[in-house]
Amino acid sequence: MSMQSLDIKRRSATTTPAPSQRSAYAGEVAKLIDVSKCIGCKACQTACMEWNDLRDEVGTTTGVYDNPTDLTENSWTVMRFTEYENEESGNLEWLIRKDGCMHCEDPGCLKACPSPGAIVQYANGIVDFHEEACIGCGYCITGCPFNVPRISKKDKKAYKCTLCSDRVAVGQEPACVKTCPTGAIVFGTKENMKEHAAERIADLKERGFKDAGLYDPAGVGGTHVMYVLHHADKPSLYSGLPEAPTISPMVGLWKGVTKPLALAGIALTALAGFFHYTRVGPNEVSEEEEIDAEANALARRDDAGVPPEAQREQEVRS
Amino acid sequence: MSSSKARRPTHADFVLDNQGRPAIERYTPNERSNHWITAICFVLLALSGLALFHPALYWLTALFGGGPWTRILHPFIGVVMFVSFLVLVIRFWHHNFLDANDRQWLRQTGDVVNNREERLPPVGRYNAGQKLLFWVLVVSMLCLLLTGLVIWRAYFSHLFPIGIVRLASLLHAFFGFVIVCAIIVHIYAAIWVKGSIKAMTRGTVSYAWARRHHRGWYGEVVERESALARDRAAPRG
Repeated sequence: MSMQSLDIKRRSATTTPAPSQRSAYAGEVAKLIDVSKCIGCKACQTACMEWNDLRDEVGTTTGVYDNPTDLTENSWTVMRFTEYENEESGNLEWLIRKDGCMHCEDPGCLKACPSPGAIVQYANGIVDFHEEACIGCGYCITGCPFNVPRISKKDKKAYKCTLCSDRVAVGQEPACVKTCPTGAIVFGTKENMKEHAAERIADLKERGFKDAGLYDPAGVGGTHVMYVLHHADKPSLYSGLPEAPTISPMVGLWKGVTKPLALAGIALTALAGFFHYTRVGPNEVSEEEEIDAEANALARRDDAGVPPEAQREQEVRS
Repeated sequence: MSSSKARRPTHADFVLDNQGRPAIERYTPNERSNHWITAICFVLLALSGLALFHPALYWLTALFGGGPWTRILHPFIGVVMFVSFLVLVIRFWHHNFLDANDRQWLRQTGDVVNNREERLPPVGRYNAGQKLLFWVLVVSMLCLLLTGLVIWRAYFSHLFPIGIVRLASLLHAFFGFVIVCAIIVHIYAAIWVKGSIKAMTRGTVSYAWARRHHRGWYGEVVERESALARDRAAPRG
């Protein structure tokens, strides 16, 4: 949704600077999700539904705690549960990751979007979809390294977590943060969140999680939703969290050099035609050639016994 | 062209053009309609495709009733174009095999672009440039259809892994670029070689046009007309 109170750093399908006079002097924001503190209560999912007026369809149980089983246009965040048998410690670990938009600093969805202003990145780092401008092509899904955006079956627009940009704009934390009963989700400036994460990671290391670390993948310029992971060396343990997400080279090429090069190529092809015409000129048959060939044709028609009137009838029938 | 039976003129022989002058029929009304259905689809697809390809051209979506309508219409028009083009291919593919003369023609690009046709080997119904264009279009149309289905989000994208969708997006843009350039060349050639457009608007070309630009094809026409005259004088069978 449009948030006029926030300034825009990046704007989809726009080649001139976005309205970016003001900047986020307080610093860019980030949500930090400490997976080690999550108890899987799904209060964040409920808070998200409540604040954003979303009600997903009631599904059916699939034998695991994931409910719903995937992100949808009505479920912008989903807890993903993984049972991990840690061979080193012999423990069964329940890894619960709150999935949703990562708010990449270099957003693949925004890069892929063909509609001007349908996706924006605010000065504070939040990546937001403006559904009024969304055309429903799904290129954001193609561009996203985290498989997050979903096209609504109702209105064919793309939806995802807004990081509660409407709340953040008026100085409040996202709804999921406000509701989290264990403090597993916290919100603040990105710098503060990194400091907080460092403390948490030190604590986890003391408790034996030697590979504990922060998930803030550099491949997408860092993210404005970060995780503290007990096994930061193996992010894929957490329901397939990408190890080293980047905007796919295919998308980079498609939305990068291809665009200006192709337009230039098309323009040059048309210009080549124009200049050929004005320099070399058209390839024409002279009137003498026409008269000569026509005389020959008439002679053959005469031989074949085709009278002029019959020819005309032929023409009418054809 | 010999047959055991006496040949008689058909409606495609000895035709007159729209001004009553003797002419050669190059395209039948059905062939013309087939071509123009494909062409109209192409123009709509190029405009809507470019609108979504580059932000500088997004304003073209206004021609289709806005962004969402452009997104909705483009793939359907694409399917119509493919089917229409397929019929064209069935009609014309056998005229489009390159032979030794065509390879020689391609080596004399300088003479081609400088209108020195008398130096070129005889050209049949189509010259090597037209034949190459035909095959470029065949390949592009097929690739655009296949990649277009993959990126058709409303119906098909969910059936494919994300890597394939990404590759298809890139290839669709690439072949779109190729086909737009190819059609610019096609349209320019029709403007450049005077008398060509009439072949596709009225169906006929003049004898002199055929003799100058398609000497081999002109020879075939003359041979048939002479044979018709001979058969009339001395019927066989």
